Amino acid sequence: MKVGVIMKQTFDTEEKIIIHNGIISEEGVKFVINPYDEYAVEEAIRLKENAGGQVVAISVGPPRCAEALRTALAMGADEAILITDDRIPHDEYAVSVVLAAYFADNPFDLILGGNFAIDTGAGQVAVRLAELLQLPHVSSITKLTFISVERVQVERDAEGDLELLELDLPALFTAQQGLNEPRYPSLPGILKAKKKPFQQLSLDDVGIDPNDVQAKTNRAELFLPPVRAAGQILQGDLPEQAAKLVGLLHITPRPGGTSL
Amino acid sequence: MSRTFLIIAEHRDGKLRQVTMEALQAAIEASEHDDRISAVLIGSGVEPLADELSAYPLSEIHLLDEDQFLTYNPETYTAALGGIIETVRPDGLFIGHTAMGRDIAPALAAKLQAGQLSDVIAIEKIDDSVLFTRPVYAGKALEKKTFAQYPWVVTVRPNNFIAASRSDHPPASITRVVSTSATPLRTIVKDVVRKTSGKVDLTEAKVIVSGGRGVKSADGFKPLEELAELLGGAVGASRGACDAGYCDYALQIGQTGKVVTPEIYIACGISGAIQHLAGMSGSRVIIAINKDPEAPIFKVADYGIVGDLFEVVPLLTQEFRKVLN
Repeated sequence: MKVGVIMKQTFDTEEKIIIHNGIISEEGVKFVINPYDEYAVEEAIRLKENAGGQVVAISVGPPRCAEALRTALAMGADEAILITDDRIPHDEYAVSVVLAAYFADNPFDLILGGNFAIDTGAGQVAVRLAELLQLPHVSSITKLTFISVERVQVERDAEGDLELLELDLPALFTAQQGLNEPRYPSLPGILKAKKKPFQQLSLDDVGIDPNDVQAKTNRAELFLPPVRAAGQILQGDLPEQAAKLVGLLHITPRPGGTSL
Repeated sequence: MSRTFLIIAEHRDGKLRQVTMEALQAAIEASEHDDRISAVLIGSGVEPLADELSAYPLSEIHLLDEDQFLTYNPETYTAALGGIIETVRPDGLFIGHTAMGRDIAPALAAKLQAGQLSDVIAIEKIDDSVLFTRPVYAGKALEKKTFAQYPWVVTVRPNNFIAASRSDHPPASITRVVSTSATPLRTIVKDVVRKTSGKVDLTEAKVIVSGGRGVKSADGFKPLEELAELLGGAVGASRGACDAGYCDYALQIGQTGKVVTPEIYIACGISGAIQHLAGMSGSRVIIAINKDPEAPIFKVADYGIVGDLFEVVPLLTQEFRKVLN
């Protein structure tokens, strides 16, 4: 079985955001595999360990993404592809078209990705890719079980409700928290990763005309939210503080829940 | 030039969801006076909801009411809504940034070869362009974006637009549509376990009572649940509480997990890691309860109580009950 994992590199979740010259500064930032994509990488490796096959990790992004792909290789992926080209804009439409071109030439039994990326928070590329490839998809899965060689059952988290779906491969799934606990790369894994195939591709390599990946959206402004000032720490014994707090809130009961 | 906008109406437990009216409000804010705003309602046995929806300022309602739409299936819904889109040819499509919206919007955007802006929290018109504000890094920063061309797709974050009000015009016309699907169905929904039935959705809740590692166990959430129920709100959690297995990941608030913007956020036993703060800093009033007076959560809280949550939360419940009764 051939499993493709689409992944991206993001800031670590503990990073603060600093805007410098109108863009988010990357200076001194710790980069990680997008946490949701990490679940996808882990799931693909587990499938391979259980049933055999090959795992290819694929990223579209700047050259620094190579580091995240190396981590995926160290975790146990077999091969990495980095599609990097200054002519690919920061736009989900464009990225999905680039990936679709790659996957059209390189068919997989299963494509896994993250539910969304914690930087842009758009949650578009994987589902767009499924649509472009005419593959069925289920997003936000918390469990993936094979019921035959080419039929799977998945559990989807739908805002806390659980949906159980069944479908034939090839298909695309996006990972939600709870799918698995990603492993840390082992030292032998890190050493092995250095010898694994790593391909860097340009737009020309995947056969895309730059005119076909023009951005559909443009950023007009980037800014930080207003800083929240610390408020007051209540004083007195606890029952007194509780009464004080409720008094300060002026709540009104409404049918849709209590409001201020 | 007059444009056409389409909103996808959502419902839950037999009621129109609040986010549907918020998506309608977003469409109104993005449109000009002579633009048309229509809605599509999909489900099974949802005709009464179409009547209810017709009271809102809409030109037309497309009703897809069939047994096969009883539960959300990405394939059947995408095919059916794709059919409506081919007929209506909207310039802009609006849907809530919900479990369904997050899933179906990119599929429809891909069909339309359209740009999409997800999780939009505000819309403004400057001269001829429409600017959409949305969070990046879960709200650690914000961006304003424009579309390069029509058509486009927008998902609207719940709780950020005022819900549209009913209009005093005659009701919108309802057009019943029968879906035609040529391709054989590949995805089957075997079961839906409604764990949240009757509960308030976390992203739509006006009040959230959230627990962290300080809650100590699954049972430790009970006093929080009691307070949330009293206030008609929802229970949330920090990553620490989820990782420790005290609760389901579906409750997680933060940069991984959900971003929430309730009117009141009560953080109980949550230290306030950056990744958690990103998910709740947009709340209107933040209340922090923590034993540690140095906990970073107090730096963003409007009101703080230094104390054991197991003492403080029941006291709060008691005090709120007095006020509400």
